[in-house]
Amino acid sequence: MQLQTSGEYIQHHLHQLAFDLHGMALGANGFWTFHLDTMGISIVLGVIALTLFRLAARKATSGTPGKLQNFVEILVEFVQNLVKESFHGKSKLIAPLALTIFVWVFLMNFIDLLPVDLIPRIARIFGLPYFRAVPTADVNMTFALSITVFLLIVFYNFKIKGIKGVGKEMFTFPFGIWFFPFNILLRLIEELSKPISLALRLFGNLFAGELIFILIAIIPWWIQWTVGGIWAIFHILIITIQAFIFMMLTIVYLSMAHESH
Amino acid sequence: MDLNATLIGQMLTFVVFILFTMKYVWPPLIKAMSDREKKIADGLAASQRGERELILAQQKAIDILQESKATAANIIHQAHSRAEHLCEEGKQQAKQQAEHLIAQAQIQIEQQFHETQRVLKNQIAELALSMAEKIVQQNLDQHQLLNKLVEEL
Repeated sequence: MQLQTSGEYIQHHLHQLAFDLHGMALGANGFWTFHLDTMGISIVLGVIALTLFRLAARKATSGTPGKLQNFVEILVEFVQNLVKESFHGKSKLIAPLALTIFVWVFLMNFIDLLPVDLIPRIARIFGLPYFRAVPTADVNMTFALSITVFLLIVFYNFKIKGIKGVGKEMFTFPFGIWFFPFNILLRLIEELSKPISLALRLFGNLFAGELIFILIAIIPWWIQWTVGGIWAIFHILIITIQAFIFMMLTIVYLSMAHESH
Repeated sequence: MDLNATLIGQMLTFVVFILFTMKYVWPPLIKAMSDREKKIADGLAASQRGERELILAQQKAIDILQESKATAANIIHQAHSRAEHLCEEGKQQAKQQAEHLIAQAQIQIEQQFHETQRVLKNQIAELALSMAEKIVQQNLDQHQLLNKLVEEL
């Protein structure tokens, strides 16, 4: 496949490797479509990370830790401290959830730092026409994360406060019982804005990052290193911060779900 | 920006990952870390205790040393005084012995003196007697004189 214009190049890079779940063949089919690139990369990254973590956990010793254990422990301690600071209560879920989010999102974001053409070229060797390598630049990925978190928020709201507690909060907060339609509307907007902002923030940052790398890739090769270098260094910060923000907001939202207004 | 079944697939993946982390990653690591924390705390406490014990032991060692020094000095002092005492006693004994010997010697001397005196007296008497005999033989008149002489002696 010969790519000639810049437009075509960009279009090609933004095209997902879709799989039609009805026709069981490559190609999009409305809702019943899998993005094989997003799923493949994210699952591979997740499995690698969790395997490493599991290895460290299985050989975890209270004596002198090895290099791997040391590294994993730094992450675990970092996440645990954050959870301890902002979440006052006992939960077996929140800290592991936060760790999973941070590590997984960071690794998926990290794919953005690889050369934009590297993975698509490799994919083309295996006969795949399109490949978008950065999972977090796919709304499906970011919404999958944020909707799961949202479901947990709803679950914990009901689990901790009960139907009555949640109902009372929805009807009477913040303006008293006589404004209950307004209160409910406000609460629904507040709750729904959480997953949407979580997902779109991550998606927007990574999509923009990817797009700019693609744009940099179409400028003459001898000048690419200047802008590309600057953007890549800046992006090291962005991907870490975005992973951190996603994790942090998840912790905050879940601790809000545990506490009454 | 098209939402599709990928969303559901990724949610399931996410849930599986969360559960895996919750079950198989987080607890062993946290346990190892808190165990280590406890170990370190114990170790620190033990080292503090050890330090205190060391100080106590040093104090004790100094005490024992001083005590033993005092005992040693005492023993030496006792030995000295005993030696002096023994010396004194020896001298005393020697003196007594000497005095005793001297006394005995004097007694012996005296006895011998008396013995000698007696012997001499006898000899003198005999001598006188023999002289008298000779004189008497020469001069019977002088017999009276001899008796008188014997009486006088």
